[in-house]
Amino acid sequence: MIISAMVLATFAGTGTFFIAYTYENTLDRINENKRIALLNAFHVLIKPEQHDNDMFTDYISVTNKELLGSNKAVNIYRARKQGKPVAVIINSVAPDGYSGNIDLLVAIYNNGTLAGVRVIQHKETPGLGDAIDTSRSNWILGFNQQSLTNTSKQQWAVKKDGGKFDQLTGATISPRAIVKAVYNTLLFYKKNKNSLFLKIKKTDKS
Amino acid sequence: MNVTTTLNRYKNIIYDGLWVNNPAFVQLLGLCPLLAVTSTVVNGLGLGLATTLTLVASNGMVSLMRHWVRPEIRIPVFVLIIAATVTIIELIMNAWFHELYNILGIFIPLIVTNCAIIARAEAFASKNTVPSSILDGLFMGLGFTAVLVTLGAMREAIGFGTLFQQAHLMFGESARELTITLFDDYRGYLLAILPPGAFIGLGLLLAGKNIIDKKRVAREVRIKANTAEAIS
Repeated sequence: MIISAMVLATFAGTGTFFIAYTYENTLDRINENKRIALLNAFHVLIKPEQHDNDMFTDYISVTNKELLGSNKAVNIYRARKQGKPVAVIINSVAPDGYSGNIDLLVAIYNNGTLAGVRVIQHKETPGLGDAIDTSRSNWILGFNQQSLTNTSKQQWAVKKDGGKFDQLTGATISPRAIVKAVYNTLLFYKKNKNSLFLKIKKTDKS
Repeated sequence: MNVTTTLNRYKNIIYDGLWVNNPAFVQLLGLCPLLAVTSTVVNGLGLGLATTLTLVASNGMVSLMRHWVRPEIRIPVFVLIIAATVTIIELIMNAWFHELYNILGIFIPLIVTNCAIIARAEAFASKNTVPSSILDGLFMGLGFTAVLVTLGAMREAIGFGTLFQQAHLMFGESARELTITLFDDYRGYLLAILPPGAFIGLGLLLAGKNIIDKKRVAREVRIKANTAEAIS
């Protein structure tokens, strides 16, 4: 009985040791992978030469269910050049996709114009709603250069609802959710523009 | 044991893993990842190789420790060994095949729950020598991988009209050109990519295997009958 327990304990101990050892030795590489993956996603929207700060560490976390679409804190990454604000990339969420949340990167230049939008995670129907992803169609590029000034409130909708954005064949819900989320993110940006580039990391409850 | 019987034994282990006792085809184990990730060849290959690695490592270790582990605690020990192996493989994949890891996602940690692995530990590795067990793990894994890749190829060809898309996630940038486009301007066939396509595909593969096995048995019977006739 006691021997069995000891054998089992030895196995548990050895197993834990090997896992801890692997964890220690892969940790840096895994973090670096995550950093590169995120930076690559950023650089599709804001070109590397447009900023000179490390956007991966230069961010603030903000919780705003109404405009950013999530109960959880949303990261807002800042692009600066020689200390001056260039753009922000807001990791906002479209909460009303066809099957759950659609995670977005919304890049907004300092003048309030969209640099672009990308979907980073979604569970929309393959073959229909997944055309929101750039690997399937160019639909999402339609947001480039749009802003609250050059597109009126009524126009921030899919064509079916009287707006200016295309819907996708066989899928209206996914584009509708994204158009709404991008619009809300722009509203958030307009309201909070002045505080977004503060040096200190802060959690805004507004 | 002399050399020929050992070789024959190894041959049987290989044949068992790849065909006669294939974990996916015959034992029908580990179907959850099998059906979930096989939408492309590369996904199937990725999960197949990760599973093979787990099988080899867990079979090897279980066999190595088979004399020290008392029967009453063998299952918890197997679980410990398998869980530790999978966690280590998961960390290594996350570090060196990050994008593939992201695609396979939850199915890497779920290798733990692939019953094929504990089944081999219990049924084979706990009763056999280390070399036999490692060989068994390797060929059971390769048999499983072969099914994943075949199913992945079927679904990718029908669903996307390509083969080996996203091969660069596994083999590096130079493999980007490996992607074969079978039909230009193919519109895609959704059913093949969705889960029902996996069930239908696996069903067809199983039927195909059964037909081959039946024909083989029929031929052997015929040969036997012929020889019997010739003798009489």
